[in-house]
Amino acid sequence: MKLIRMTMRTALRALRRNKLRSALTMLGIVIGVAAVITMVSIGQGADAAVQKQILSLGTNLLMVIPGATTQSGVRSGWGGVSTLTTADAMAIKRECASVAEVAYFRRQVVQVIYGDQNWSTVAQGTTPAYQVVRDWPVVSGSFYSQRDEDTANRVVVLGRTVVDHLFGPGEDPVGAQVRIKEVPFQVVGVLESKGQTSWGQDQDDLLIMPFSTAERRVLGTQFIGTVDMVFASAVATGEIDEAAKQITDLLHDRHHIQPGQDDDFTVRSLNDMAKASESASKVMTNLLLSVASISLLVGGIGIMNILLVSVTERTREIGIRMAVGAKGRHILLQFLVEAIVLSMVGGFAGMLLGIAAAELISRLAAWPTLLSPPAVAGSFLFSGAVGVFFGFYPARKAARLDPIAALRYE
Amino acid sequence: MADSLIEVRDVWKIYELGDVAVHALRGVSVDIGAGEFVAVIGASGSGKSTFMNIIGCLDRPTRGLYRLAGTDVSTLSADERASIRNRQLGFVFQNFNLIPRTSAIENVELPLFYGDVPLSEQRQRAREALAAVGLSGREEHLPSQLSGGQQQRVAIARALVTRPRVLLADEPTGNLDTQTSEEILEIVRRLNEEQGLTIVLVTHEPDIAAYAQRVLTFRDGLVVSDARQAAVRRSVAVGRHP
Repeated sequence: MKLIRMTMRTALRALRRNKLRSALTMLGIVIGVAAVITMVSIGQGADAAVQKQILSLGTNLLMVIPGATTQSGVRSGWGGVSTLTTADAMAIKRECASVAEVAYFRRQVVQVIYGDQNWSTVAQGTTPAYQVVRDWPVVSGSFYSQRDEDTANRVVVLGRTVVDHLFGPGEDPVGAQVRIKEVPFQVVGVLESKGQTSWGQDQDDLLIMPFSTAERRVLGTQFIGTVDMVFASAVATGEIDEAAKQITDLLHDRHHIQPGQDDDFTVRSLNDMAKASESASKVMTNLLLSVASISLLVGGIGIMNILLVSVTERTREIGIRMAVGAKGRHILLQFLVEAIVLSMVGGFAGMLLGIAAAELISRLAAWPTLLSPPAVAGSFLFSGAVGVFFGFYPARKAARLDPIAALRYE
Repeated sequence: MADSLIEVRDVWKIYELGDVAVHALRGVSVDIGAGEFVAVIGASGSGKSTFMNIIGCLDRPTRGLYRLAGTDVSTLSADERASIRNRQLGFVFQNFNLIPRTSAIENVELPLFYGDVPLSEQRQRAREALAAVGLSGREEHLPSQLSGGQQQRVAIARALVTRPRVLLADEPTGNLDTQTSEEILEIVRRLNEEQGLTIVLVTHEPDIAAYAQRVLTFRDGLVVSDARQAAVRRSVAVGRHP
């Protein structure tokens, strides 16, 4: 114990004798550790943000998208043709055991006017179940009811962005009259803000009205009875895959699709999206991590290089120490401790720098970052290991010097 | 002499330099008793430095026996020899060999550190050793802030701080002016006379050898003369060498 303390003191003194060189040597490790911590923070932050956005679409959500059909040899993409109908949606709700709720919608860009203000936004006609499926509460007023749907009442629920553009600050939109495509509507509620999707779309820039009202009053009758998309929620998270299978089977049957034929619809679950984004961000994080690890490695080589120079430079000193009774292990330990101190102090500084850099990036660039304690601890310990690994060779070289030759070294 | 402190019997040292074998020592036998002050002289290449290295446990003889205080040290391992150097021997070199950018007192503490002396005791003993060579008040000076003579005195303090049996001095005045040489030799002589410390001093200057009670002359790896003499009391002779 005393040996460690004394060796520590000697090592610190040796490093202090060459402050600039010690600092420059550490810099490699500082940058390496800071890079690892910052990179992992960015990777984890991005991952967490994407996962949160996916969850913001709703819980246990499945999406049935029309399209991917073949007409006269022309294959259209998803959503190209409205092949899904309200009847399909009803059937899913009725017949699929793993599906809890079903909502469907059609959308169109419309102009909405309030007083002397106007705003172009997406009008979405949908059933009241939409609110449940997407898990989207209102912050004031209420969502419209099934009775509004049944009687095609002219009521509307506004998204946050629409409210901000039409109404003054502090003004309560609930109860106000707005005109959509020259049709007067009564505002019954304001939706909670969901923010942007991961692809940058403002989820709050919309207004929602009963499907029947939209079909008859706003969207036109061209595709009556068809829907743009069906949302279904599974009864439980574990049932998502089963629900997707039931929906696929049902629609195969209803659309008379033969085995081998292209589907005219697509069922997608949030699980798929979450998994895809998770594996993408894992690849990204590993990539960043390996780049950062390389700089740690380079830092380690820097330590080794400087220690080798230092051993040569201090050959005489080593000879003196041996002459007055230092054993091989004393010398070995001294240089090893120097290497470890260099790398650990560098690692600690890098840790602080990395945490600060992650914080700075999330402030300035508005990138989400998430500090990962295992990455912080891991990179700090790894920097110590780098010190031991790269310090050992020079230290052993010093310990094996011949005292006579070392004493005579000029 | 059965009670010799240093007992060297037929010691050979042969260096293999490529194809050539250099015989640095060719059968040297010497006994040095406790409390003796021995000067070792000889031309360069005579083997006196090799002899000192072996006496100082820095090197091992190729052949022959070396007993220090009754223990055969010619077969010890490197670490065991390090221990012997630490406890029984003190070194003073021509170029002082202090650790640069390290204060005088820390230089003196060094052997105590390797000798596992308790931390609390190290500082006290180092302070006493510096006081003994007249350097009280200069504990925190760096070697670069000290004159040559002061540096050599620090080196002597470092050699003595472990209370060794033998002080080995290799041309201790080689880098010093006459006045300072005298001071250093006076310290060495006093250590021998007052504390009975055994001294082996290598030099090539007869004036300095005159301080010793006994002079060993080396030539071609052999001791060619072993003369006892009355050591000079005063350092009058020093300074008049050519």
